[in-house]
Amino acid sequence: MIDFEIDSELQRRLDMYQMVARQVMRPITREYDENEHARPTAFYETMWAGSRQGGEIEVGADASGRNQARRLFTILAAEELSWGDVGLFLQIPNPGLGGAAVMAAGTAEQKQRFLKRFAEGKPKWAAMAITEPGCGSDSAAISTTARREGDNWVINGTKIFCTGGQMAAELSEGFVVVWATVDKSAGRAGIKPFVVDHHTPGMSVVRVENKLGIRVSDTAALIFEDCRVPLDNVLGSAEVKPEGGFKDVMATFDATRPIVAAMAIGVGRAALDFIRDFLKEHNIEVRYGVSPQRLSVIERDFMEMEVQLKAARLLAWRAAWLLDHGQRNSLEASMAKAKAGLVVTQITQKAVELLGPLGYSRACLLEKWMRDAKINDIFEGTQQINLLIIARRILGYSSKELN
Amino acid sequence: MISFELTEEQRMILDTVEAFARDEIRPAARAADEDGQVPVELVQKIWDLGLVCGGLPEEFGGDGGQRSAVTGAVAGEALAYGDLSIAIHALAPRLVAYPILEMGTDEQRARYLPGFAAAGFCAGAAALMEPRWDFDVLSLATSAVKSGTGYVLNGSKCYVPLAAESEFVIVYALSAPARGVSDVDAFILPRGCSGMTLGEREKNMGLKGLPTYGLSLKDCAVGSDARLGGERGINFPRLMSEAKVALASMAVGVARAAFDYARDYALQRRAFGAPIATKQAIAFMLAEMALEVDASRLLAWEAASRLDKGEDAFKESCQAKSYAAAAVLKIADNAVQILGGHGYIREHPVEMWLRNARGFAPLEGITTV
Repeated sequence: MIDFEIDSELQRRLDMYQMVARQVMRPITREYDENEHARPTAFYETMWAGSRQGGEIEVGADASGRNQARRLFTILAAEELSWGDVGLFLQIPNPGLGGAAVMAAGTAEQKQRFLKRFAEGKPKWAAMAITEPGCGSDSAAISTTARREGDNWVINGTKIFCTGGQMAAELSEGFVVVWATVDKSAGRAGIKPFVVDHHTPGMSVVRVENKLGIRVSDTAALIFEDCRVPLDNVLGSAEVKPEGGFKDVMATFDATRPIVAAMAIGVGRAALDFIRDFLKEHNIEVRYGVSPQRLSVIERDFMEMEVQLKAARLLAWRAAWLLDHGQRNSLEASMAKAKAGLVVTQITQKAVELLGPLGYSRACLLEKWMRDAKINDIFEGTQQINLLIIARRILGYSSKELN
Repeated sequence: MISFELTEEQRMILDTVEAFARDEIRPAARAADEDGQVPVELVQKIWDLGLVCGGLPEEFGGDGGQRSAVTGAVAGEALAYGDLSIAIHALAPRLVAYPILEMGTDEQRARYLPGFAAAGFCAGAAALMEPRWDFDVLSLATSAVKSGTGYVLNGSKCYVPLAAESEFVIVYALSAPARGVSDVDAFILPRGCSGMTLGEREKNMGLKGLPTYGLSLKDCAVGSDARLGGERGINFPRLMSEAKVALASMAVGVARAAFDYARDYALQRRAFGAPIATKQAIAFMLAEMALEVDASRLLAWEAASRLDKGEDAFKESCQAKSYAAAAVLKIADNAVQILGGHGYIREHPVEMWLRNARGFAPLEGITTV
């Protein structure tokens, strides 16, 4: 039965996340935007401790799979926390994107081996390294290599734009999932994910980027020079099968794109809530059901922002729900991601505009949200790449036929 | 609990109506547009599907089934996928039957509902819209002034579907100085009663198969038993919500029709040695169209599911309708664009869908779920 209402049990759990967003994230949100490479260690400890207590504050990929609404819950929680601060959300110590890759491509033994560390000890991060200086959206053009040598894979190459890369590789006992080709001639089929443990010799962070927004989240450039990892650190099978390797990249995206959509929606909602409160304070009513000819421009803008955000949210929920129900969701995940990235970019820009000179000031958070929002239109596949994926699906074209 | 799954029954209805829309409605769409009328037999065939006035109680001869706004939205989308004029024509009786079912007095229900449960198509008309540029359901200009034991109605209405063939018309009016959306009343008037003048059939940009009329009321006196719901009056926001959800889901149907047609065309039409669908300029338009069809549908379903739970859905239905109305216009326009010059020619249906799509934004309350 069609139903888009969050039940009270779920809402109760989400309220906790809203509390974290409001009480833990918002108070430090501006501070870590202004001090780009400072590390919010107290925040790390709080979130890590929280996730140990009943596993409540545990977002991104989690290994437990305890209920059927796991993905849906993940994106609902992601929206709440991103409402607090999307950069801080990305920087929460948890399995993150690296964990998502392990979940999507790893064997049961590997999931156990790599993810159990997140239940013990100090805060940890796991990152995913796909993008290279010479390839972004065109992940199939990956040039980082993994060569088999005795009991090891030897990895060589350069990775950039690796979210949480520094935390995962050097500042915690985490790991980085590196996508590399085992057989360049095999094209996409030769691309495999490798788990490179923290502090593995040969892996080094060479740069942490300065960015437009999400400044508290570290975006690292990593170099791999004869970096050796055990043979069984290749996720899934090392065998080169047609579409074998790249399928795992795509499977990872199917799981993470709805989350990115939800993150975008969280930022958008923050801006919308801000504007709603502002209008209320100034006694500007938003009247539904009134002829559009009688509405003020502000009312029309606000209504447009509100409904666009809702449309994106419903698309994101659907993508996560499909995954929870074991159904294929690449098309729907790309729809959610393309829509959310775009509308939230527009919503936050409109929010800055609506407040006139006040919106441009760093005294309020609108300008920060506008900068933060934009990343959601770019990472995990730009809007255009997601449109391309949608187009291929609806037209029945392969990546060769439509590119 | 969040779920994106239709029930078994809804799936069955969807399959039936989709097949019917494909096999029976779509082939009749162009002729209905050009001739300005829908074949009586086709309207009767849709009536025979039992969906139009489904859910009427058994005591009035109905099927006694459960009404669902989600089911209505699913069926409305599928019918409109076939053709919008035909869909609205076929569903018009709901504009009378359901308000009476939901909000009528016992006497009104007993008097009017059996007609809508009968075997033959029973036309019904509702007069809500008014010929003003800033028409607003929240501030109707048509008035109903209490006089003795009854009311006197004054005002003009437009876009009244099937007014000429309906035995009676439901007229919406303000009986008190308007305080808000809840102060609207409805009156059941015999067509052609004293003081009511039916205008010429309206000539519109689209929806050309659907006969609509202007209607004026001058000192039209009615008894108190004409007031829908008697002393209680009606829950107008609820009726409006239902109407908006219906329009939203029909907009989704038209949008999906335009998308499907443009996609199929783009896959076949070749330029520069390859199908035009292989060009990103076209492929991206189609991707956005597909996405917006889905987004519109989800918004309509959200409002509908709230209605099914008996919750207030006024804001949600306003959102669903305005979103879907904007989306279908863009999608139909894109469809014409993708077909290029061919899209402008009446040989293809996309120009008709663009004209029909333009109607969603201004039209209110000409259909219900």
